[in-house]
Amino acid sequence: MNLPVLVGLMVVKITLVLVVFLTTIAYVVLMERKVLGFIQLRYGPNRVGPWGLLQPLADMIKLLFKEEFTPPHANKTLFELAPMIVAITAFLPLAAIPFADRILPDSLTIYGYQVDLTVAALNRGVVADVNIGLLYIFAISSLAVYGAVIGGWASNNKYSLLGGLRLCAQMVSYEVALGLSVIGVLMVAGSLSLVTIVEAQKSMWFIVYQPLGFLLYLCAAFAECARTPFDLIECENELVAGYQTEYSSMKWGLLMLGEYGHMIIASALAVTLFLGGWQGPFLPPIVWFLIKTFALIFLFIWVRGTYPRFRFDQLMYFGWKVLIPLALLNILLTGVVMMYL
Amino acid sequence: MGVEEHLGNNVLTTTLEKLVDWGRKNSLWPCTFGLACCAIEMIVTAANRFDIARFGMEAFRASPRQADLMIVAGTVTKKMVPAVVRIYEQMTEPKWVIAMGACASSGGIFDSYAVVQGIDLYLPVDVYVPGCPPRPEGLLYGILKLHEQILKDPFLTKQYRERVQARQEAA
Repeated sequence: MNLPVLVGLMVVKITLVLVVFLTTIAYVVLMERKVLGFIQLRYGPNRVGPWGLLQPLADMIKLLFKEEFTPPHANKTLFELAPMIVAITAFLPLAAIPFADRILPDSLTIYGYQVDLTVAALNRGVVADVNIGLLYIFAISSLAVYGAVIGGWASNNKYSLLGGLRLCAQMVSYEVALGLSVIGVLMVAGSLSLVTIVEAQKSMWFIVYQPLGFLLYLCAAFAECARTPFDLIECENELVAGYQTEYSSMKWGLLMLGEYGHMIIASALAVTLFLGGWQGPFLPPIVWFLIKTFALIFLFIWVRGTYPRFRFDQLMYFGWKVLIPLALLNILLTGVVMMYL
Repeated sequence: MGVEEHLGNNVLTTTLEKLVDWGRKNSLWPCTFGLACCAIEMIVTAANRFDIARFGMEAFRASPRQADLMIVAGTVTKKMVPAVVRIYEQMTEPKWVIAMGACASSGGIFDSYAVVQGIDLYLPVDVYVPGCPPRPEGLLYGILKLHEQILKDPFLTKQYRERVQARQEAA
């Protein structure tokens, strides 16, 4: 009897979260341009609307109405598939990230029907409270590498192919470090569910117990999102624009959407795992979550504005010979401390 | 008149053409490439004192597929022309060209067999910026002129389609 109402509410909730996420991506791009401007003593975009607030809209309109180009010798199916993979793998992890505690009461009366909202966590600030949430997020976001490799190969362009291969090597090596760096958190929290992990940080954030884990996670996340100082896939002086070289108009827009989506997801996940998620005094939970996430996004942009790029062999050295041993050491130390305390 | 009469001042109505022209004007991404001393002035235009980013143009795209504007910054030699023309052809429509400096506009002081006497012999130039080299203010003025031109761009009309066709036939 209540099923249509519940499904309807679920759809509304998912749509709302997705729309907010897409708008956030658009404005994170603007934020990046503004913050980079301030770092370089410039103003950044400020002519389109007040403080340049309509800049994402103008970019979007332009991209939508630009020529859709497919290289003549490209594999058309794969060429069109790649941006979809990149964008979808950026959106899906959002489902498991808790952004607030309770957003609705336990039961509501809608058109005379008593609807139990505890079903499928409808009253919680998370789209799907999966008990393997963290595994799900890592599994989905690892698939993004297929988008890049397929896009690079299907473009039939040597720069695209090299960019795709580089990204593949980079993501495969840093995936290991990323996975190992959060194991300490799992040991302390004793669960893979992100809601449980956030609730376990009620008294103390996990960054206090896992400072090394947090640092390792950040380094690996920068590499996973292919952000400076690890943005070797699109260094203009070597590879034109990496695997994105042959993409134009909204296909390229989707690739960018995916890239910034990954950055936001990585920040939100760091907040959830190490910085107490939505927990905090005085302000509502969702505000705390947004403040912490945007602080980390600012860190991403700050690093881009200040650090040069690594060389590729340095990147590999750093991943395999520094991050992974340190992550293993972190697990060992956490285990020893947990055993004797 | 029409639908605006019923909506009053509550809803902003516009034509698709105006909206898209507004978007294109405000998000005009140049192609990353410079040829001679004018390129230095172009780089300065992107730096803090002049800040091309104010117009949403700091996204210099390395790949021509994503660029909208080609700033031909400097002397074009006969050997360089194939590369310049190829980059222009790789850019996706709609695209605009600014001839920056005396050399790109007319060959400048290099009245020689090796130098192209104005890039407009090969590409459809929209705005010429004189100067040797033009100061960043000059380039910015040229860009603002191009913005005016784009705002009036009748890309949905027959005239525009004929122009594009003529350009494709010439190429």
